[in-house]
Amino acid sequence: MNLLRSKQWSPYLVGTCLGILTWFTFGVAKKALGVSTNFSQVVKVAETAVAPEHAKSVTYFTDYKVPTAFGWEAGIFIGLIIGGLVASWLSGDTSGTKLPELWTQRFGTSRAKSSALAFIAGIILIYGARLAGGCTSGHGISGSLQLAVSSWAFFFSLFASGLATAFLLFRKTTLTTTTSQR
Amino acid sequence: MFESLSIISLGLLSGFVFGFLLQKGGVTKYEVIVKQFLLQDFTVLKTMLTAIVVGGFGVYFLEGQGLAKLSIKPAILVANIGGGLIFGVGMVLLGLCPGTAVAALGERNGRAFFGTLGMLTGAWIQAETYGPISGCAKWVDLGSLTLSQVLKVSPMVVLTGLAAISVSLFVAIEFFERRKKSSPAR
Repeated sequence: MNLLRSKQWSPYLVGTCLGILTWFTFGVAKKALGVSTNFSQVVKVAETAVAPEHAKSVTYFTDYKVPTAFGWEAGIFIGLIIGGLVASWLSGDTSGTKLPELWTQRFGTSRAKSSALAFIAGIILIYGARLAGGCTSGHGISGSLQLAVSSWAFFFSLFASGLATAFLLFRKTTLTTTTSQR
Repeated sequence: MFESLSIISLGLLSGFVFGFLLQKGGVTKYEVIVKQFLLQDFTVLKTMLTAIVVGGFGVYFLEGQGLAKLSIKPAILVANIGGGLIFGVGMVLLGLCPGTAVAALGERNGRAFFGTLGMLTGAWIQAETYGPISGCAKWVDLGSLTLSQVLKVSPMVVLTGLAAISVSLFVAIEFFERRKKSSPAR
């Protein structure tokens, strides 16, 4: 009970549970755990409804085998929201509703600016994921644990560019925080 | 438009556990993600490597028993690496990745909301602009390839090596984190 109400679990415990979850998805559902396919699928279903002829001409849907009917991926999407909701509710964790401190230190307290940049970041994020064929779950966890070369290539490149981006963006910010702590 | 109810339910259940764990793991937080890339917080790496090692042993064991089927995404290196490089920029800007952003929706996280709208838009842009670049996006296609095929050893050997590397890395990280915490501020 205390564990359920605790705000943050050990990463080793969470990682172990995530690993066991993949035994379930591969063994019982016969599927890999992934998130980003769902976004392409929503686009495919919407385009097929609005402009069926055009949707047929989009080679991405066929090249990357984007599923037509909502199933596994859509279930994960809804489940993720409920899981996040229940976990934060149990611990009374409301930190997600506020702007993060590190963000405001670097980019200021404007909600509009934060939302606009989050929107743009979302575009970049999914563009990369869909081009690579998966995200941190489909490649990062499910693919890496199957020892897929594609997933390890994705994992290393995302870390390399993430490190470069973070150090470029926060060069000055981190300097000030470190000095203020001293 | 919909698949069977059973597969949707299995997805819902897996997604629920996944979202619950991501929230409890702290990886639905902007600062945890960004500080990983600033090398100030190693939660993301610890969580992912543990999941990969534990998951890998179990899934390959199940596969050996004929109880699980692998699904290896093709190694199309230009797309995998190019996509990964773009993804890293987005992950730092948003402070979330697709899965953790959707789980953060459950925390009523405004940035996750706009990030998710951006992801839907991005998936549309990506599908529409794929045509012209599809040629280059297929360069260096090695097919469904695994590290154990490259190294010509059994998956269990690769996983054991991976486990050894991960544990050594964890010990080193914990050592430095403890030393940083106990040393008085200069």
